[in-house]
Amino acid sequence: MKKAIRVVIARLGMDAHWRGSVVVARAIRDAGMEVIYLGNQMPEAIVETAIQEDVNVIGLSTLSGNHLELAPEVVRLLREKGIRDILVILGGTIPPDDIPKLKAAGIAEVFGTGSSLEKIVRFVSGSD
Amino acid sequence: MKKSKDIDEMIQQLFAGNRRAASRLITRVENETEDHHEIMKKIYPRTGQATIVGITGSGGAGKSTLTDHLIQKFREQGKTVGVIVVDPSSPFSGGALLGDRIRLQRHFLDDGVYIRSLASRGCLGGLSSATYNVIRILEAMGMDIIIVETLGAGQDEIDIIHIANTCILVATPGMGDDIQAMKAGIMEIADIIALNKSDLEGANRSLRQLQTALSVASLEEGQWAPRVIPTVSIGSRPEDLKGIDELASAITEHQEYLHTTRSIDKVKFERVEEELGLVFKDELQRLIFKGLRGTGKKRKYINSIIEGKNDPYSVVEEILNTYLIRKKKK
Repeated sequence: MKKAIRVVIARLGMDAHWRGSVVVARAIRDAGMEVIYLGNQMPEAIVETAIQEDVNVIGLSTLSGNHLELAPEVVRLLREKGIRDILVILGGTIPPDDIPKLKAAGIAEVFGTGSSLEKIVRFVSGSD
Repeated sequence: MKKSKDIDEMIQQLFAGNRRAASRLITRVENETEDHHEIMKKIYPRTGQATIVGITGSGGAGKSTLTDHLIQKFREQGKTVGVIVVDPSSPFSGGALLGDRIRLQRHFLDDGVYIRSLASRGCLGGLSSATYNVIRILEAMGMDIIIVETLGAGQDEIDIIHIANTCILVATPGMGDDIQAMKAGIMEIADIIALNKSDLEGANRSLRQLQTALSVASLEEGQWAPRVIPTVSIGSRPEDLKGIDELASAITEHQEYLHTTRSIDKVKFERVEEELGLVFKDELQRLIFKGLRGTGKKRKYINSIIEGKNDPYSVVEEILNTYLIRKKKK
């Protein structure tokens, strides 16, 4: 068998900050996983891509303060389609107070500013 | 391991056009799970009817943006479109960054379009070894047209010719002189050449060189004459685009040519011939390594080759004689 963990990385909504998402995408690639890089997308397109690409993980990036609206929307759309086996993780500038709310909404893990790449990669590769 | 009942259900959903079922089956086939032969056996009767369009060319030539426009054209004709985009896997980590999908984003929410990114997973030739099977799955899903975009190819990544009914080579201006254009390999497999970025300086010269190279090819009477179409696939305004309609028409014409001359039979024959060879090769290797497992013989064979006592050809001959070919006893 030639298995590979597959991950979609997208920047949520109109967020213009690209570097974080690209650095994380690269680190995940270098750890031997397959990354589908999407750039800016809205939740519907992210979920539809995750289905077509049959990914294990959806990685969302945002630094523009839209996380409480758009990140839970991704999880909601997945559940609506009966999908429970795709992990949704979030990275960016997320106020610590929001983390419990995001987790309650079904976000598997939140990686705020200063998170180490190693930690992110370990979490994603453990998703299988 | 999935039960075969689940797999059967997934296959029924695939036949009904279910995208999630298609995705999961593609993953199983790509990962070569133990049941992937069963999956292929069951879906195979529902395949073989789609028009397969191959798009190849160097990285950065504009394959994905042209694919985007072609999807649009086929959708306007009311056809459903499956798209397979192949990007390279890292030879070191095995990982891959699949970035072609981003150019196709206006089709993400279109029910008539299904897009799958594949990593080459070590396969040479511009495709991944699962590509043949993934095409079959998209056919079984009911897609009318399947576009296969190879990874950024150089001169010899020509596997696509064994799969596609119509092969498009995407070239750009300034890629070399007319001798480059006459070289064997990738130039030969194109039914249509899109000279993309034809708004760049030097485009006219490149167009002439390509046309000259094609004009000296000896064609049999009635044979398809490859043609060059200048295109511009990126523009801030729709009127900046160029050659998209012509490219779509050329594909239609080539399809008509294949059908009226019955050349399509040859295309189908070659596709299955290639497929059969690949399945044989994989299965034979798998069986033999499986037979050797636990015996320590594989290691012994390899070491004996390294030590110069043996060579791969004699080893294969010996193994085949022992395990496969039952010779008549004298």
